[in-house]
Amino acid sequence: MPDFALPQFSRRCFPIWQRHARVWLKLSGPSLVGNFGEPLLYLLALGYGLGGFIGEVDGLPYIVFLSTGIICSSAMNTATFECLYSTYTRMKVQETWAAMMAAPLSLDDIVLGEVLWAGTKSLISASAILLVASLLGLVSGWQALGVLPMAFLLGCCFGAMALVVTAISPSYDFFLYYFTLVITPMFLLSGVFFPLESVPAWVQSGIQLLPLYHIVEVVRPLMTGRPLAGVVGHLLVPIAYGLAAIWLALALLRRRLLI
Amino acid sequence: MTDFVVSARQLRKVYGDQAVVDGVDLNIESGQCFGLLGPNGAGKTTTLRMLLGLTPPDGGVLNVLGYEVPRQARQMHARMGLVPQADNLDPDFSVSQNLRTYARYFGITKAEFETRLPQLLAFASLEHKADAGIATLSGGMQRRLTMARALVNDPELVVLDEPTTGLDPQARQLIWRRLRELLAQGKSLILTTHYMDEAERLCDRLAIMDHGRILVEGSPAELIQKHIEPQVIEVYGPGVEQWGVDLGRNLTQRLEQVGETLFCYADDEQEALASLRQYPQLQFIHRRANLEDVFLKLTGKELRDA
Repeated sequence: MPDFALPQFSRRCFPIWQRHARVWLKLSGPSLVGNFGEPLLYLLALGYGLGGFIGEVDGLPYIVFLSTGIICSSAMNTATFECLYSTYTRMKVQETWAAMMAAPLSLDDIVLGEVLWAGTKSLISASAILLVASLLGLVSGWQALGVLPMAFLLGCCFGAMALVVTAISPSYDFFLYYFTLVITPMFLLSGVFFPLESVPAWVQSGIQLLPLYHIVEVVRPLMTGRPLAGVVGHLLVPIAYGLAAIWLALALLRRRLLI
Repeated sequence: MTDFVVSARQLRKVYGDQAVVDGVDLNIESGQCFGLLGPNGAGKTTTLRMLLGLTPPDGGVLNVLGYEVPRQARQMHARMGLVPQADNLDPDFSVSQNLRTYARYFGITKAEFETRLPQLLAFASLEHKADAGIATLSGGMQRRLTMARALVNDPELVVLDEPTTGLDPQARQLIWRRLRELLAQGKSLILTTHYMDEAERLCDRLAIMDHGRILVEGSPAELIQKHIEPQVIEVYGPGVEQWGVDLGRNLTQRLEQVGETLFCYADDEQEALASLRQYPQLQFIHRRANLEDVFLKLTGKELRDA
């Protein structure tokens, strides 16, 4: 039976976050190329290429519509990769976690450190894309900076969700299930590439139960200068997913590691 | 009153229907080196994990450095250092970055750490490698760095899980010297090892475990004196079985055949040696009984693959 005690949050997660940040700084070259490069290619190829055929979507030039979605999906992917592959490496391969647990750090601290670091990586990724989008003239004003805290929240939420998968993974291969069954459908259907209204009503209802759609709904008006609506409701969904995922991941990790 | 770094009563851990640790009592005195020995699958690792607060016991009472474990494991960890079996250094960091990062986990301030860093590097004999990457270090260097890392918080108790496994003889000698230095500083050590010479050399007291229980506990000299005849002759060569049956069993207290070698245990070895000199085809070595003889007698000589 897993131990479902509530997580104990404390400042002790900060040195863990700091450790991850320092490793990232050492290896930031290739990581930044990925952060800038891939979304930029999507934007240019799909935005200008496909955009020429499509024209306007939802009252916006297609490349503008797409950039507001890509910034969210990239943040989601960054956090998901971090808390699947990198976290699994730290937990199982390098045994970084074992070293931490011999210090006065608990699994609760470690999990919170991972989640905050996933949020930070999403923030870095979103900053890169926002910069590119501004340079391409796709952003309407300073309120677009509000995208950054959204990216952080989204990163924490998807990082925590990925931790649940990592907690039960026997190997790296297992992650493909999660990508194929959860992340890719969300990526394709949450209003990143086309408005949610284009899919059947039952699919819409399903997508509205998932976190990515709600962040896109907040980020799009922030980047295009449109009025914000229903922000609290939109934010509650990723917050709820994130907290529930932290709780579940911690219970599963206790069962896996503290035996 | 004696000061105990560990006191465990009726410690128990059950996986499925198998009691991996089955009623272990331990009292480990402060300032000593205590060895936990046993064949693979004896329950050493599980016992150690329980002492570290990483495995919750299914029964018993456990106190480490005055803290109730696992409930107060965090406070206990602040005063303890662990050298794990497999080095888990951060491969992306240099030697000094590894130490610095680990010090932060203990909430040690930058100033405090910087004053300690030269001592830690000297302890690891890595003064000239402070900025080297982990991948460039030899196995012995990595092990010494892992030991130095366990000392960032100036712990009272250091737990070492097979500290010299896989190291060459020179590297082992240096580790032994460092462990003696730690004892001289008044620290308490708990170590597991598969090397009986290491245990005999380093440990003030030790316990031999098998099947989840402690079989015997005492100082190496006590255990040798109590559990085994003082003299051993190892005999091999053609006709060794015949010599054993005809003469050996009457001239010594106890015989054991392991592979092609006959182990003869005796209080007085002279008569057996005199007899063996009559058989030039037999090779023999006479030596004093050691901890390995005790270990093999108590835990059996068959191979453990568990």
